[in-house]
Amino acid sequence: MATLILAEHDNIKLKESTNKAVTAANLIGDTIDILVVGNDCMSVATQASKVTHASKVIIVEESYYQNMLAEPVSDLIVSLMKDYKTLMSPATTNGKNILPRVAATLDVSQISEITAVIDKNTFERPIYAGNAIATIRTTTEKNVITVRTTAFDAATNENNTEIEILNATANPCLSEFIEEKISGSERPELTSAKIIISGGRGMQSGDNFSMLDKIADKLGAAVGASRAAVDAGFVPNEYQVGQTGKVVAPDLYIAVGISGAIQHLAGMKDSKVIVAINKDEEAPIFEVADYGLVADLFDAIPELEDGLNNIK
Amino acid sequence: MKVLVPVKRVVDYNVKIKVDSQSQDIDLTNIKMSMNPFDEIAVEEAIRLKESGQVEETIALSIGPSQCQETIRNALAMGMDRGIHIETEHSPEPLIVAKLINEIVKKEEADIIILGKQAIDDDCSQTGQMLSALMNCSLATFASKITFEDDQVIVTREIDGGLQTIKLQKPTVITTDLRLNEPRYASLPNIMRAKKKIIDKYLPDDLNIDMTPKLDVIKIEEPPKRQGGGKVETIKELVEKLKNEAGVI
Ligand SMILES: Cc1cc2nc3c(=O)[nH]c(=O)nc-3n(C[C@H](O)[C@H](O)[C@H](O)COP(=O)(O)OP(=O)(O)OC[C@H]3O[C@@H](n4cnc5c(N)ncnc54)[C@H](O)[C@@H]3O)c2cc1C
Repeated sequence: MATLILAEHDNIKLKESTNKAVTAANLIGDTIDILVVGNDCMSVATQASKVTHASKVIIVEESYYQNMLAEPVSDLIVSLMKDYKTLMSPATTNGKNILPRVAATLDVSQISEITAVIDKNTFERPIYAGNAIATIRTTTEKNVITVRTTAFDAATNENNTEIEILNATANPCLSEFIEEKISGSERPELTSAKIIISGGRGMQSGDNFSMLDKIADKLGAAVGASRAAVDAGFVPNEYQVGQTGKVVAPDLYIAVGISGAIQHLAGMKDSKVIVAINKDEEAPIFEVADYGLVADLFDAIPELEDGLNNIK
Repeated sequence: MKVLVPVKRVVDYNVKIKVDSQSQDIDLTNIKMSMNPFDEIAVEEAIRLKESGQVEETIALSIGPSQCQETIRNALAMGMDRGIHIETEHSPEPLIVAKLINEIVKKEEADIIILGKQAIDDDCSQTGQMLSALMNCSLATFASKITFEDDQVIVTREIDGGLQTIKLQKPTVITTDLRLNEPRYASLPNIMRAKKKIIDKYLPDDLNIDMTPKLDVIKIEEPPKRQGGGKVETIKELVEKLKNEAGVI
């Protein structure tokens, strides 16, 4: 039997999260096909054909796949699933949106955000904001799985497989795309950045985030935020790190003016090195920090910016 | 128009749970339970739709043990019109929950079903999407704004790169994200009023749904502990350590 992986992309570039899902799929051991659904996205299929462990890339292009609406994309995947035992995707907002709809149509339960593969039918996944790890075994013939990308290294790109072109399934016309507002920053994406500097309510305003931007530019880092900072309108929603935002695990995570609520920790506590800058020495963020600095961020952050000048 | 809002009873978001190593399960003794926070947002949105005259009736539905009646009462105290309780011994897995909700959707002929985007206990984020498949209807997950235009629903969604706006045919399933609204507190008069509101009760057998789980939970363990608590005194020391000790800059 085989595994089908729904590729994450923007119709131009294949996202690294796809390579991470491939690594997880490779642990299952079945042959791996990568499905590229989109519009005018042959360049993505070409990149996918390079991903190590893939035995084939399937591309299906159609205008109504451009924005990955759940209904047409899940119909297409359901039509392909007779040839596959397992459907996988990275746990991106696309994967989370589309895969459960496929699972219910196939009458199987989904396993969300796996962090380990025990065998073909047994997986580990975090529950309760990562405060417990459940080992789950499926009892159905087919499996539908999303992959927590922080738990798996990216598969390399040392391959050259065939690309098969398939036809679209009909558009169910249940919903219609209107518009997208994508911030498209120059900085690395949160989920693939090696360094992240995040601000919380302690930042006090959106303008003050420019202090973090300056440090991010020096370090080649991404900028993130706590829910409180997003809710207050300091930064847009896609900055949110946490249980219900993005889960990240960079080499270095710098938390500035963030208290360290369970829900925030859930999204960053697997970072390799954690720095916390907070004026309250009792803040729970210090319990997970390798390097905690008890200080007022409005003194510490400009000092850090200066300090970084001297190292390069 | 009728809005149905499924509400789940979960461990309160402020509680840090413990794993009982003996039973390999979460220790739930004497733990505060509340309505899943995303479901509160769904309830709030349904009430606002009724207040603005967009819908005629709002129904709160909960699936699980008898204590779920409290969760339904909370939704009624916030302002939902009536409740439905499907009594089960445990909270079933999302696919089964979606099937049970689907049966109620059919009975009630609900037009709009608003759910939380995920439950903060199992963190699955599946039920709404699954329900939309069973209903074969439109789907908008992670909603931060809901408006109406003629006979269609316009939803802005929080996605990885920013925001996406889509237009949906009815019936439709919508799941809530954090920025959709700020749920109200129930006022005392409304809490009193809620006691008189009707809660209909069903058993899974009444709805002809097979409750056999498709997933086996083999064990639940504590995650590896992170060794934290390290301190530095100055920014100079921090930069020096990040460079020479940790080697990350
Ligand atoms: C359903 C649900 C889901 C949630 N999901 C998430 C999520 O995904 N991600 C998330 O982050 N949160 C999430 N939360 C919210 C979470 O519970 C916390 O409320 C939030 O993380 C707090 O953000 P904060 O640390 O920025 O703010 P606060 O807790 O207010 O902390 C601010 C910190 O800044 C410090 N500070 C203030 N001024 C200064 C200064 N001048 N210098 C230095 N330090 C300063 C303070 O000492 C304090 O520790 C969720 C909550 C719920 C209910």
